[in-house]
Amino acid sequence: MNALYVADGAPPSLPGITEAAPTLDWWLLAPVLVVFGAGVLAVLFEAFLPKKALRPVQITVAAVALLVTFVMIVLQVEAVGDGVVVAGGVLAMDRVVLFLQGTITVLALISLMLIAERRDGRDAFSAQAATVPGSEEERRHILAGSQHTEVYPLVLFAVLGMLLFPAANDFLTMFIALEVMSLPLYLLCGLARRRRLFSQEAAVKYFLLGAFSSAFFLFGIALVYGYAGSVNFTAIRQAVDSGGAAIFADGNGEPLLIMGIGLVAIGLLFKVGAVPFHNWKPDVYQGAPTPITALMASCTLVAAFGALLRVFFVPFGGSLEIWEPMLWAVAILTMVAAAVIAVTQRDIKRLLAYSSVVHAGFILTAVIASSADGLAGAMFYLAAYGFTTLGAFAIVTLVRTRDGGQELGDLEGWAGLGRRAPGLALALSLFLLAFAGIPLTSGFIGKFAVFEAAVAAGATPLVVVGVLSSAVTAFFYIRIIVVMFFRESEGEGPTVARAGALTGGVITVGVAATLALGIFPGPVLDSLLPDAEAGQEPAAVMVHQVTEE
Amino acid sequence: MAVTRHHAYLAAEPAATAADSAVLSNAWLLIALPLVGAAILLLGGRRTNAWGPLLATVLPVVSFVWAVLALFDLLGRGADARSVSVPVYEWFAVGDFSARINLLVDPLSITFVLLITFVGSLIHVYSLGYMAQDPGKRRFFAYLNLFVAAMLVLVLADNFVLLFLGWEGVGLASYLLIGFWQDKPTAATAAKKAFLINRVGDMGLLVAIMIMFTAFGAVGFSDVFAAVPGAHDGVLLAIGLLLLLGACGKSAQLPLQAWLLDAMEGPTPVSALIHAATMVTAGVYLIVRAGPIFEASPAAQLTVMIVGAATMLAGGIIASAKDDIKKSLAGSTMSQIGMMVLAAGLGPIGYAAAIAHLVTHGFFKAGLFLGAGSVMHAMNDDVNMRRYGGLASKMPITFATFGLGYLAIIGVPLLSGWWTKESIISATFGLGGNVGLVFGSLVVLGAALTAFYMSRMVFMTFLGEKRWDEGAHPHESPVSMTAPMVVLSLGSIALGGFLVAGDRFAAFLQPVTGAELPHFTVGHAFTSPYGIAALAVLVLGVVAAWAIYLRKPVERTAPKGNLVTNAARNELYGNEINEDLFMRPGQVLTKALVVIEDKVIDGAVNGIGAGVRDSSTGLGRTQTGFARTYALTMLIGAVIVAATLAVRF
Repeated sequence: MNALYVADGAPPSLPGITEAAPTLDWWLLAPVLVVFGAGVLAVLFEAFLPKKALRPVQITVAAVALLVTFVMIVLQVEAVGDGVVVAGGVLAMDRVVLFLQGTITVLALISLMLIAERRDGRDAFSAQAATVPGSEEERRHILAGSQHTEVYPLVLFAVLGMLLFPAANDFLTMFIALEVMSLPLYLLCGLARRRRLFSQEAAVKYFLLGAFSSAFFLFGIALVYGYAGSVNFTAIRQAVDSGGAAIFADGNGEPLLIMGIGLVAIGLLFKVGAVPFHNWKPDVYQGAPTPITALMASCTLVAAFGALLRVFFVPFGGSLEIWEPMLWAVAILTMVAAAVIAVTQRDIKRLLAYSSVVHAGFILTAVIASSADGLAGAMFYLAAYGFTTLGAFAIVTLVRTRDGGQELGDLEGWAGLGRRAPGLALALSLFLLAFAGIPLTSGFIGKFAVFEAAVAAGATPLVVVGVLSSAVTAFFYIRIIVVMFFRESEGEGPTVARAGALTGGVITVGVAATLALGIFPGPVLDSLLPDAEAGQEPAAVMVHQVTEE
Repeated sequence: MAVTRHHAYLAAEPAATAADSAVLSNAWLLIALPLVGAAILLLGGRRTNAWGPLLATVLPVVSFVWAVLALFDLLGRGADARSVSVPVYEWFAVGDFSARINLLVDPLSITFVLLITFVGSLIHVYSLGYMAQDPGKRRFFAYLNLFVAAMLVLVLADNFVLLFLGWEGVGLASYLLIGFWQDKPTAATAAKKAFLINRVGDMGLLVAIMIMFTAFGAVGFSDVFAAVPGAHDGVLLAIGLLLLLGACGKSAQLPLQAWLLDAMEGPTPVSALIHAATMVTAGVYLIVRAGPIFEASPAAQLTVMIVGAATMLAGGIIASAKDDIKKSLAGSTMSQIGMMVLAAGLGPIGYAAAIAHLVTHGFFKAGLFLGAGSVMHAMNDDVNMRRYGGLASKMPITFATFGLGYLAIIGVPLLSGWWTKESIISATFGLGGNVGLVFGSLVVLGAALTAFYMSRMVFMTFLGEKRWDEGAHPHESPVSMTAPMVVLSLGSIALGGFLVAGDRFAAFLQPVTGAELPHFTVGHAFTSPYGIAALAVLVLGVVAAWAIYLRKPVERTAPKGNLVTNAARNELYGNEINEDLFMRPGQVLTKALVVIEDKVIDGAVNGIGAGVRDSSTGLGRTQTGFARTYALTMLIGAVIVAATLAVRF
């Protein structure tokens, strides 16, 4: 297993400025490099290839890069064994990271199918984002069939950030990954083809609030550095255990650590969308082009939680008593407030946004459990939720006000969908039941796993709140099913766009994963952390050596 | 914070050995085959009309063959290794919790599997002939398959929850089949009645399971039984009585007996399979399976014996007065099962006797029902025995097979019923003391009643003068119907001797019952006082029936009866008692509850709903759409974070 400390107890040699270049394990870095290389290549294509040829080339590059990355990640599972740190100790590669990276890659690949989907030759993105909405110039671009193939390199860069975020082994790398992930997303959010002002407003809000939270995060890093004398996770852990850096010999540096933990936590909780740092989510989810919303709801959540798990389990793993009350408060607030607010939502995308917030609250209970079981539960939950939410958003892209019209967000308009498109309505019902955590869906197993871990760790009151919150969420999920199947449509009712092969594929994968992980979860659950023992500290299964051996 | 861990509460810890042979490790096929049959027939719709019933008949046969292989597999093991746990499906395992389904193949369960699949297969074959002209034939076979699958789940479960699943499954199949001819209002009402009365029993079983889970943290057989020695007496008594309540509902024991006679509205093959041979005996299975609980609670055991004895007598009295051949047989079933329940209440010495009688009863009673069906078939579905008479010459095969079943059930020496009934009588007297004397005498009395009402049935149906309706042309039934009757009559002759002689069956069950072998010998059965008494009452019963129903001509309409006869004809006023004691107060209670539901509960629920909605609207106002508000919210969040960081648990 991974040694928590270097054997002789001597202070580890920190990766600082050294004479010799660090040795790089190119094979373990390859997945990240492939995505990065593909992104750079795509930018070059954007500059040099003829406009007409761009779309198929960009889609191919992105898809191939993600596929190759996924295969590499799978092949590396054996190679990393109990885990290694690479690139001079800035990245940690272990089972947890590889599972999250693999999940992100697959979910990104599926999101890419939604992003690439076109109806009547038009995709979900603005013809020319730089034009003023409603202007003559915009119409010219629409008529000319212009399109932003820059979407694809932007997605690749975002995915690059997502792959790095949960793998970062020090705070600076983590911060850079956070920004690499976020900046392309800010742009992508503003690119919707329809209701463009709305989309741009969402992008600006996301950017402003994202910057605000980054500031918290960065300030927190500075304080933690001040306390520990390092940004490296293991070094911080050691410093925490020994009462701070050498200058705090009498242990009076703790306020620095407490403030640092709080500020870093705010940055991460913003990214996962926990209450009260959730306000951006409904607005951004609603305004962004739906395929991008799907990407954020699945991949970004996995990446953000991956980072959050690592930060709370490795560098702050020894400070449980400091952050536990804080996370209790945030988790309870998240589970209760988001569920309650969601009850009166009328727009499907806003509803799914609040749903995502509630789910973040459920996963936080696994963080609070602070056990290997909780870690495994959170990993399962993230993957299961990712597939289900992608399927749900894929369906959102299909329900339209009229033929060729815009998406129909207002749930009242979904009445009669069960009769008009029974297959689609059934699939959405399955996804909603999975969100609600009904047995034989993946959502049940995920919820059970995290709650079980929380109970085992003595956080029973938290689980009671979680179950009550689940009951409230079940109300609004099932209300949608009732609207679809048991209410007559007024007037013409919703129009359902024909599902193209890509969107149909996304829904099919969503249904298959939701059922498979619900009925036969055993193989996945067993392979998450095969070496973990009951009641083990999560850090024991997360690599955190300082340097490569 | 104290956290209790319930380890693997859905499954028993495998105290049994693991399944290591292909036959046993695939024992789930026993259940899966008929289940798949039911699914194909129900989902396949009319397309399966042509071949569906045949498929549905073949599948239980395959299950039976598999069960025979499993039996030989078990016999090939040492007596201690004959309890085999078969893992079927692990849903998920999280932490130290796991949800999985295991089957338990042991001597007791395999006995039932063999009985269910063998008699079940025969009755499928019989139904091919009996239901040949019925438009709902496919649906009928689908339900039969569903029943077989559910019954196999019930007996193969290794824990009470899975047992309960099968328990409810057979209840459902029973409901569907009693009301199979749902256009007949009597059938629909009978189905509903059976369903409702069974709910009462099911609640007993369910609450018993809940108490087990609360008290022992487990519902697996071996886990629960392991916890019994350390359990509080009151808990065991409560569990025992509630299990008995469940058994009473399913096995039509007092006070939940009223549904069985009405259940005869179902097609006769159903009466034979479900309401004579298998499902109604589930209560006996439950009591024997839960033996360690009853053994630890003498009060519960005594209650079991009282209930069994009372039902045995009540059923016999009802059977003696009913003119409807099927209802008379149903009364007989109640009575015989009462005898088994009594034996099961004796503790380990009675288990093997109860189950052996259950098995032989399954054969001869199913044969009697099939014979009754054959007679009804011949008499234009008339069930009134007063309009039968003299059928022996017209229906020789039916008469012969029915006659053999009759001789077996009344306990003519060396036929099946004699062996198993003698076992019960000797086990009951063997209890010793006044209790043994009282209950033993009651069993002998029950045997006398059996001889009387069965002789009456045979005399009225097959012998005497013809009392047929005009236009009745009785004829022998087709071979698909007579063949199963012949096979069952072979069981009526020989099965009892095979099981009881040399304590063969008791030795086979010993690993489950833990009882000493009874050392049953033929000589002793003929020379012991109670053996002689049993023979005497047998003769007495037959002679009494002869005097009333054969020596004098039987009237075509029932004569005015005395107080006892009228009570018996009215099923001892069981329905009236139910209506006055439970139905009418129940209706009043329901009305009151509706008011409470509307005013109090709905009010509370709606109040909570409105509260959530209002808070939702209120909280939703924080979502102003302004980035500045959101930033302010985040800042407030930062304050909350700071505040909670200052807190230490």
